[in-house]
Amino acid sequence: MRMDVDDETLARQAGNGDGPAFSALLERHYDRLFALCFRLMGNRAEAEDLTQDICAGLAAKLAGFRGRAHFTTWLHRVAVNAAHDRRRRRARLKRAADGWGDWERARHVENAEQQAAILWLHEAMRTLPPELRDTLALTLDEELTHREAAGVLGISEGTVSWRMAEIRKRLRAMHEQDANT
Amino acid sequence: MSDNDQLEQLRKAMHAATPRPDPDAKARHLRLAEENFAAFQGTRQNARHTPERPERGAWFKKGVLTMLHALSSRGALVATTSAIVAAVGLFTLWPGGGPAPLPGVLQKPLPGPAADAGKAAETARESLAPAVTEDMPRSASVTKPSTDSAAAAPPPGPSAAPTRKMIPAATGVAPFPPEAPALQPGGNTETFANGDPHPVRIAAEEPVSTFSIDVDTASWAIVRSSLMRGKLPPPEAVRIEEMINYFPYDYPVPTAAELPFRPTVTVLQSPWNEGTQLVHLAIQGRKPALEKRPPLNLVFLIDTSGSMQGAGRLPLLKQSFRLMLSQLRPEDRVAIVTYAGSAGTVLPPTPAGARSSILAALDHLGAGGSTAGQAGLQQAYAVAEEMAGNGNVTRVLLATDGDFNIGISDPAQLKDYIAGKRRNGIYLSVLGFGRGNLDDATMQALAQNGNGTAAYIDTLAEARKVLVDQLAGTVFPIADDVKIQVEFNPAQVAEYRLIGYETRALAREDFNNDAVDAGEIGAGTSVTAIYEITPVGSPAILNDPLRYESRTSTTASESAELAFLRIRWKAPGGNESRLIETPILPGAGEANEDVRFSVAIAGFGQILKGGKYLHGWSYPQAVALANGARGDDPFGYRAEAVRLMRIAESLARQ
Repeated sequence: MRMDVDDETLARQAGNGDGPAFSALLERHYDRLFALCFRLMGNRAEAEDLTQDICAGLAAKLAGFRGRAHFTTWLHRVAVNAAHDRRRRRARLKRAADGWGDWERARHVENAEQQAAILWLHEAMRTLPPELRDTLALTLDEELTHREAAGVLGISEGTVSWRMAEIRKRLRAMHEQDANT
Repeated sequence: MSDNDQLEQLRKAMHAATPRPDPDAKARHLRLAEENFAAFQGTRQNARHTPERPERGAWFKKGVLTMLHALSSRGALVATTSAIVAAVGLFTLWPGGGPAPLPGVLQKPLPGPAADAGKAAETARESLAPAVTEDMPRSASVTKPSTDSAAAAPPPGPSAAPTRKMIPAATGVAPFPPEAPALQPGGNTETFANGDPHPVRIAAEEPVSTFSIDVDTASWAIVRSSLMRGKLPPPEAVRIEEMINYFPYDYPVPTAAELPFRPTVTVLQSPWNEGTQLVHLAIQGRKPALEKRPPLNLVFLIDTSGSMQGAGRLPLLKQSFRLMLSQLRPEDRVAIVTYAGSAGTVLPPTPAGARSSILAALDHLGAGGSTAGQAGLQQAYAVAEEMAGNGNVTRVLLATDGDFNIGISDPAQLKDYIAGKRRNGIYLSVLGFGRGNLDDATMQALAQNGNGTAAYIDTLAEARKVLVDQLAGTVFPIADDVKIQVEFNPAQVAEYRLIGYETRALAREDFNNDAVDAGEIGAGTSVTAIYEITPVGSPAILNDPLRYESRTSTTASESAELAFLRIRWKAPGGNESRLIETPILPGAGEANEDVRFSVAIAGFGQILKGGKYLHGWSYPQAVALANGARGDDPFGYRAEAVRLMRIAESLARQ
């Protein structure tokens, strides 16, 4: 089975026109891709739309995959770029342009504790500027190392580390703020 | 508590919040991807006649080797990262623990969140119309491509038109972006309340015009802040009546003791159309004897969410309130409630004399967290209710950048809530700070329902105007639910048009309905409304007479009256309205400097909105008219207006 073939090989095969390889590759990464899209956009509907954008364009993109980076790194970059495109387009529609803006989900969660946790998450994400938010979306779930995230974002590794420190600083400030009020 | 705790908490919350992909959507997306893949191979093979097919047999061995290679290099990467992390003196970032268990509720696909949001939007539109027009949650129908039809369509051939399914240009994502991709400027999410400008109406068909007064001034400050940034304001941000009412006028004050305000009517030649006249309605509130004013209870409800960071926001707000504090008297009381995520009372009701403790509380405010407007509002009202007492005036002053899209679960409910509190005698004013995500529409809706004013504060000078010079008008109501109804005499007036007040239009029958809310007049403030009328027989009449209309209206009146003015108002806190009536006669009043200046501003506002009815009358004429009507202008407001007109003129030329 193709299960034990690595991503990069599958990607190269797919790039050369191997349909089953393409399908196996996408199936393998779909769930993680969707989770990343959620972290980038902040709600299910947007995440689904973004995932669809990426799936629609993936075949063409894959032709440009040179195997110089890990496939996951490459896929993350595709996702982040697609998210930016999407936000650009959404910006013209005025509201909730840069993700984590909608609060539709809260109404469906009955458990107060969960609601509080999710509310806090939304607050935290909204407070962060978009570039920190994206950095966090890439690194938070043990998906990528700083170096890989740096590659995805097209910035230096040091910048990623600086951003993570900044995020921690801001979270701490938020926490202290909450503790004081 | 260590830094990592918060990051770990965030990671866990993120885990919990991240939904599983919807199986249907997943299947759809995979199918779409495969179809596009097949289509793409088609285009490629047509373009390239010798495709390189992979060697099917060789993949296994090569694959394993590559995988092993990949594994080891990944391990190396992790090690590198740890080294870096250690080098900058931080804790291990990625605890190896598996994903936190997903709470069951979250794993279920949520039942149609988009549809619910749409429904909420619908409700909001109905309940807040016409004030809130654009403050809607994302509407799925706008952005969501119709995936079903896309998936069902046959794969496009090589020559198919570039639709969503034709991949190369569809998403246009370069694998290696030349620019730093993460530094997109945040989208501008401002929304403004406005309606279509009132059209010209035919007096014979629709003789009655009804509206609520509007004492807000926010639109002028928004126009100014746009112009000062070198941009013409978006037309929907221009509310002409608020521009006019921004300026202090010296209209005649009431003489009769029982009336808190006095209407003055002036009829003058329209500056922008020879064939029309203007009917200028001015209402001047009684100037209060300040030393006899009742004690004041103020609850500052301060938005300290993250978006309030920045010089134009929280720091300006603190300075503004400090200024205002100097206007209060020792027997007044002040409380401060903040809201950012969780609402909290920062300062319990405190006599205004205890300046140091109030100032200390103000100084300790910091920005952080998101905006939960509703919880804050509830708490502020609770505090206000505690403070309210006999003969006191109690008001909640909400200071925000207006970013209310978190925390309001149901705008209609919020509106009802505020309206209910208003009936209990607690008023709400809204002070807007900062630009970028100013939710003007919500601010308007809140202030209108709370019997309050909405003012926009962009400079300390503006804070001084709203909170010091005009404090009395901002906080002391002298008349509630002031409605104006003008009935035009079709024998004299062929057509009329109300300038501005688009968001304040009332149904004719609402004039006599005391349950219908309207604007309030504060102590010493004035309100201006201007109609443009076209006299019968004027060459400027826009609408031709109807061929089949029976011309029987001469029975109406041989009277020379142009119109009849009715004003309804309530005493503050009262339930029953009183009525003032007066005929409007041709040539009434005198077009003094105040009248002419307000007309110049009305013209300016119309130019900014496109100047449909101005017949080429534009900035130079507005500047000339305003310059000739500056009067004393002790605070320099009118000079500033002229300056802004000139800026707008040069911007419009570009």
